[in-house]
Amino acid sequence: MDKKLEPIVKEVQVKFGATFEEFRDEVHLFVKPEQIVEALTLLRDEQNFELLSALTAVDYYPQSTPRFHVIYQLTSIAKNLSVQLRVPVNGDSPKVPTVTRVFGSANWRERELFDMFGIEVEGHPDPRRILMPDDSEGHPLRKDYPLGYEEPQFTFNFDEINLRKPYAKE
Amino acid sequence: MTQIEEVSLDQYKHLVSERALTGETMLLNMGPQHPSTHGVLRLLLELDGEIVVNCIPDIGFLHTGVEKNMEAKTYQKAEVMTDRLDYMNTMGNNLSYVMAVEKLIDVDVPARAQALRVILVELQRIASHLVWLGTSGLDLAAMSMFLYCFREREQILDIFELVSGQRMMTTYIRPGGVWRDVPVEFEKAVRDFIKVFPKRIDEYETLLTKNPLFIDRMVDIGYLSKETALSYGVTGPTLRASGVNWDLRKARPYMGYEQYDFNVPVLTEGDTYARYLVRIQELRESLKIVEQALNKLPLGPVRSENRKFVPPPRSEIGVSMESLIHHFKLWTEGFPAPKASIYSAVESPRGELAVFLEGDGGPKPLRVHMRTPSFDNLGVVPEIVKGYLVADLVAILASVDIVLGDIDR
Repeated sequence: MDKKLEPIVKEVQVKFGATFEEFRDEVHLFVKPEQIVEALTLLRDEQNFELLSALTAVDYYPQSTPRFHVIYQLTSIAKNLSVQLRVPVNGDSPKVPTVTRVFGSANWRERELFDMFGIEVEGHPDPRRILMPDDSEGHPLRKDYPLGYEEPQFTFNFDEINLRKPYAKE
Repeated sequence: MTQIEEVSLDQYKHLVSERALTGETMLLNMGPQHPSTHGVLRLLLELDGEIVVNCIPDIGFLHTGVEKNMEAKTYQKAEVMTDRLDYMNTMGNNLSYVMAVEKLIDVDVPARAQALRVILVELQRIASHLVWLGTSGLDLAAMSMFLYCFREREQILDIFELVSGQRMMTTYIRPGGVWRDVPVEFEKAVRDFIKVFPKRIDEYETLLTKNPLFIDRMVDIGYLSKETALSYGVTGPTLRASGVNWDLRKARPYMGYEQYDFNVPVLTEGDTYARYLVRIQELRESLKIVEQALNKLPLGPVRSENRKFVPPPRSEIGVSMESLIHHFKLWTEGFPAPKASIYSAVESPRGELAVFLEGDGGPKPLRVHMRTPSFDNLGVVPEIVKGYLVADLVAILASVDIVLGDIDR
């Protein structure tokens, strides 16, 4: 771990009871969903983490407690440091509070989080899907969502497959 | 059959002003097939006369599920998907993904491969900026810019074809090195480009930089403050034009960038013209890096010798039993990566391009997330277009340099 990062990690550990993991010099801090807004505010205002670089999630299906880890990757330009906050979320009605009041970029990223993983973002100012169409069902990046494919059409089964295809006819 | 639904104002009620609900202002669609949106982007505009009151981008038209697809492929095979994200920066996408894989499995890259990567990625940066310069010139009615820029870009794409066989979807940079060594013609092709390009940049600048019509359209348009830019996660030249000196090549050097002498152009104006100037200067800086890297291009292998992760050269397969086994194992089963996660970022022409990669102990990634710069750079556009004219919106959108393949993934 970077020497400059040690006091920051210690502070978050003491304040939020966070545990931490380290892999190839990258630090992951685990905090609870209800603490994330406070933790991000603290890191932004007192430790110069000005940039929310990424906000995404990982699905550990079939594990269900916790099923998801929501990931907040922070970058400090002033100190040239990075730290990752992870929020474990359970599989039944997954929810995290919105952080749009702390970082503007969270707005679209949280819409993507809901769209791709179905993790509800409480208090989001614009809770719509972002990448998938509004009327689509399911959340594609969940592990129980199957990866689709297109059936290859040959001369012998062209018409049969054509009838099943979902594109607009006429 | 899907029924065509009529769009009602209800779903945008929380995003538009009160005046739109009474019909005082007009809602107008721009896109998804509009030439100045640089791809398939739909902007829903709330207009008061010709002044933009609100802008609501609608993205996802190019969403192809790249991240989901990568989860179903082995680490080597998933790389081809990265080419298809930001199609203006294929070498850079390869590099960012490959660096994440190398960090996850802990493989070293030989010095020659590192230098080759730097040359190609910097050429790619020039090519990407040329497309930006050409298309944004086109948006502002500087028609000839487009033709000149694409002439030089063609020269770079020819170099890519020379090394990888492909002009755009290169997949040349591979985990542990590059696909194979460059051909003998490579050096001359790059030298020719280095020789001719500085004069071409001067030509572009004569056409645009002091052109009064161009300045009228660019200066004091689309002001982006430092605070807004940081809050919205804006990176790259767009951030540097707002006075933040943040370039990952300098701040966290990778692939030996610390050996090269180059400047990071930073301007404080934060308007469309400043973003233009930063990119023009970056063209010159990138060329400097290409020249230095080519001058001290070391000899040696271009692929790591670690056979557990990197396939052996073809010439060895016929004579060595082990090589044949490694080749077979690596291309059928793939290599296992540890159960851990990596966040690895590079500086793309548009900003911080990062890959979040998590392994599950097997040969396929558990999760790949591409942190693409255009996504955040477009996210700030609704904030900076308010109060400007529709014609200015075109200039602003061109100046943040978005690529829709990069946004929709």
